Amino acid sequence: MFPFDYVRPTGLAEAVAAYGQDGDPRYLAGGQSLLGALKLRLASPSALIDIARLPELRGIRRDGDMLVVGAASTHAEMAEGVEIAALAELAGSIGDLQVRNMGTLGGSLANNDPAGDHAAGVLGLGAEIRTDRRVIPADAFFVGMFETALEPGEVIVEIAYPLPRRAGYAKVRNPASGYPVVGVFVAETYIGMRVAVTGAGACVFRLPEFEDALSHEFSPAALAGLMVPADDLNRDLHATAEYRAHLIGVLARRAVEGCGGRS
Amino acid sequence: MRISLKVNGKPVEAEIEPRLLLVTLLREHLGLTGSHVGCDTGQCGACTVHLDGRAVKSCLILAAQADGRSVLTIEGVADGETLHPVQQAFRDRHALQCGFCTPGMVMTALDLVEHLERPDEASIRDGLSGNLCRCTGYRPIIDAVADGIRARQGGG
Repeated sequence: MFPFDYVRPTGLAEAVAAYGQDGDPRYLAGGQSLLGALKLRLASPSALIDIARLPELRGIRRDGDMLVVGAASTHAEMAEGVEIAALAELAGSIGDLQVRNMGTLGGSLANNDPAGDHAAGVLGLGAEIRTDRRVIPADAFFVGMFETALEPGEVIVEIAYPLPRRAGYAKVRNPASGYPVVGVFVAETYIGMRVAVTGAGACVFRLPEFEDALSHEFSPAALAGLMVPADDLNRDLHATAEYRAHLIGVLARRAVEGCGGRS
Repeated sequence: MRISLKVNGKPVEAEIEPRLLLVTLLREHLGLTGSHVGCDTGQCGACTVHLDGRAVKSCLILAAQADGRSVLTIEGVADGETLHPVQQAFRDRHALQCGFCTPGMVMTALDLVEHLERPDEASIRDGLSGNLCRCTGYRPIIDAVADGIRARQGGG
């Protein structure tokens, strides 16, 4: 790691102000991806601004028809504390125990790894990302590989998930890294039917044809015959694009089969 | 920068570089060499310690992130010469061979024993997935964790 400064502001406004100082700072949440990047010198910020303990980013609460999760909530806290069963299961399936105890929802979303689990939950449920300056709908948040709609210095404060009528998540994990080779999140919410895929493209994306089919009939059989073209899907040493295309269909059906309501 | 934290119940103050890893603080500044560095990439779990009661990888955390918090290392687990029940279970089950992964395994096991909802084998295996053992001694380790859960629940 190259040297850097470290600051831990006590409030959100102070954190954003610290970002406005000279140099090339980065926010630090749980650090479970960032520390690895720093060690590999893939990132060399002038300063880390530790936002993991900001009170504005903490806590899980119910707000009408929304479940609001503070961005600094750890995966473990979500696995144990959110009332959307599919989302709790998703959070409890990330990485390993130690990573779940440290890694955060906001950090995962801001990083936007092409195989991030949380991206599937946020896009699949049609959540909104509330930052220090605006509200970003999930459909506008995930822009590309490791790229989001966040502006420089913008902090994710909390995520508001609409409570679904039913939701399910299914994935095939890479046995070494634990990251999904493909993951599919299916949800029926009051804003409509949504199907989101992670691990298969540059970043998470929706499947409108699958959503239409499930809107007519919510069953695994309704998805029979639907295929995603392999052309634009990821291909690497773990899986070919064709295999990923196949997995999307299989996992979408499994996610529908596993759909549950609130825990 | 200056940090203050608790390590194994005792207050510690240290003057550190911001880029210092927690595991380096423990091993090289405080002489607590029980937390091992196996991979330094966050995969092997040999550096596992508890931060405010939960298992974390001390090679993936800055010492600065532990400022004001409480750290438990393998050196703080036993009560004097008396092993913690989880340590005793590892001993009884011969759940170690070379011993390199063992401190991390025990620290993860302590978290599992405390927090695992379903103490079945699949859950234990999943819970231990962040700890690698190159002697491939997983079977007795899983048995030891199951013993530890039974001990906590007061059954035999």
